[in-house]
Amino acid sequence: MIQVEGLSKRYAHHVAVNNISFSVEKGDIVGFLGPNGAGKTTTMRILTCFMPPTSGKATVAGFDVFDQPFEVKKHIGYLPEAPPLYPEMNVQDYLAFVARLKNMPGSEIKSRTEQVMERCAVADVKDKLISKLSKGYRQRVGLAQAIIHNPDVLILDEPTSGLDPKQINETRELIKSLSGEHTIILSTHILPEVEAVCQKVIIIDKGKLVATDSVENLKARGSVSTAIQVQVDTRGAADALVVRQRLEQVPGVSKVLEKIIADNRFIYEVESLQGQNPRPDVARAVVNAGWNLLELKSTTLTLEDIFLELTGTHEHPTPEVPHEPVTAPDSVEGGAQ
Amino acid sequence: MRNIWTICRRELYSYFVSPIAWVLLTIFAFLSGVFTYIISASFVRYSLEGQMSGQSMPMNVNEQVIAPLFSNIAVVGLFLIPLISMRLFAEEKRMGTIELLITSPVHDLEIILGKWLASLLMYCALLAVLAADYSFLFMYGNPDWKPVATGFLGIVLQGACLLSFGAFISTLTRNQIVAGAIGFALALVLWILNWTTSFGNSVAVQVLNYLSIVSHMDSFSRGVIDTKDLIYYISMIFLGLFLTARSLESMRWRA
Repeated sequence: MIQVEGLSKRYAHHVAVNNISFSVEKGDIVGFLGPNGAGKTTTMRILTCFMPPTSGKATVAGFDVFDQPFEVKKHIGYLPEAPPLYPEMNVQDYLAFVARLKNMPGSEIKSRTEQVMERCAVADVKDKLISKLSKGYRQRVGLAQAIIHNPDVLILDEPTSGLDPKQINETRELIKSLSGEHTIILSTHILPEVEAVCQKVIIIDKGKLVATDSVENLKARGSVSTAIQVQVDTRGAADALVVRQRLEQVPGVSKVLEKIIADNRFIYEVESLQGQNPRPDVARAVVNAGWNLLELKSTTLTLEDIFLELTGTHEHPTPEVPHEPVTAPDSVEGGAQ
Repeated sequence: MRNIWTICRRELYSYFVSPIAWVLLTIFAFLSGVFTYIISASFVRYSLEGQMSGQSMPMNVNEQVIAPLFSNIAVVGLFLIPLISMRLFAEEKRMGTIELLITSPVHDLEIILGKWLASLLMYCALLAVLAADYSFLFMYGNPDWKPVATGFLGIVLQGACLLSFGAFISTLTRNQIVAGAIGFALALVLWILNWTTSFGNSVAVQVLNYLSIVSHMDSFSRGVIDTKDLIYYISMIFLGLFLTARSLESMRWRA
C-alpha cells in the first residue's frame, strides 16, 4: 500500500530524514517509532503530500507523492499532531466541510457525517463549538475528519499525545477498530502504544531507519531467555539461601539471582532454559515448602529496552535529574548584603 | 468550482460567527454615515444660500455629493481592508488547519480563490451599508444612477485589488497582527503615491501616479469606465493572486 525508497528531506542546516526505505502492506497497522525530532512528522508530511521530498520516491496506493499528489490525497486521511480544527465551527458543520473538501458527493455528506460521529463517539457533542471541547473530544473529532472519506490509508501523527490515560485507551481502541478497513501508520514515542496497537514497527532515530520488523520478532530479538521474578515470604521458617537452593532444584531453571532480601521477604530473579516454562513448577515448589508466594511475574525484555539498545542510548535513558536545590538561606544572605 | 465555493463558504462562516465581521460593519456604518451626513448637509446649506442670494448656481447631487463620498469611502476602505484580509492564511497557519487544506484533494488555486472571494464578499457586505446611505439621496433627490453604479464598480475593484495583496501578505506570517500591519502599510503607500504629482510632471512621477490605487477611482466615481483604470485594477488583482500562489507553494518547500 505504501512504498518508500531512499527518501530524504534536507534543510539548509540539517537533515530531517536521511535515506529511509520501508513498505507497508494493505491492512497493516504500523507503528512509526522514534524519539522526538527523529523525523517522524517530516516523513508523514511527505507521505501526505504536504511537502515534497528532497530526494527519493514514495508511492501511496500506487500513486507517486511527487507526480500525482492529487490522487494520493484522495486516498489518504491525515491527522496531524495538532488536530486541524476550526474552533469557531461546531462539530457537525466542521465534518461536513471536510467531507465536501474531500470531494464527497453532496447527497452522501449528511449520512456519512452522522456515521463517522457515531464511530468516533462524538455524536453527543455534534452541536457544540469545537473551541468548547475537551482535548479528548478534539482528538476524536480530528480522527473523525481523517476517516470521513473512507480513505485507504490513515496517517496519524501522535494520536494519543496530551491525552489522559482513559482517553488514551479509548483512542487506541478506536484506532484498533479502524484497522480492518484501513491501512494505518501511526507515529508515537510511547512504546506500550506500539505494543498495544500495532503489528509492525518502523523505528527511526535522527532521520535514519534503525529497524523495521513485526512487534513479535522485535520482542523475540531481546528475549532469548525469559526471566521470571518471584517474591516469597517464608514467615521466618527459612533463610534466603534455603529458598534459593529450593528454587534452583526446580526443573528448567538455569540460574537464580537474589535481588532483594528484606526481613522474611525475598525477591529472586529466576532465569530459565530457552523454550521451558518453569513458572508452574516454581509456584508449586514454593507452596509445597510451606512458604507464601507473594508474586510471580515474567520480566521479558520490553520494547523499551530494545528501542534504547537500537538507538544507542542504553546507558543513560535521560534520568530525571533533580534540580540543584536553591537554598533559601543563601538568597536571604545575598539580599542582606 | 465546487471546491472554491466550499472554501469560500467556510471562510464567510468564520467571518460572521467571529466578532470581526460585526466590528467592521459597525465601524464602516458609523464612518460612512458620518461622511454621508456631512457632505449632504453642506450640499443642502450651499443650495439654500444660493436660493436666498437669488443667484442660480449649478447644483448637481452626483458631482457634489456622490463623487466626493466615493473618494472618502475609498480611503476608509484602505484602512479596513487589511483587517479583512489579515486572517486569511495567517490564522490557518497558526491553527495548523492549513495542513488539512493542503493535504485535501484541492488545488492551491482553489484555496486561494475561495478565500479571496470570501474576503471580497465580506467587503461587499460593508458596501451594502453604503448603498443604504445612498438610498436616502435617491429618496429625497433625483441623482443619476449610472455614476453611482460605476462608483460601486470602481470601489469593489479597488477592494478586490487590495484584498489580493492582503491575501499574499497573510501567507507570509502566522501572526494576524503582523499581516494586518504590513497590509496597512502597503495600502498607505499605494494611497500616497499620487501625492507625488506635486513634484512636477516627469516620467517617474507619472509612473508613480499610475501605480497609486486611489487615483484610478476618480473616473469611476465620475461615471466613466476608463479601460486604463480597468486594466490597472485587473492586472493588480492578478499580480496579488499570483504572488499568493507562489508564496503558498514556496511555503511547502520550506515547511
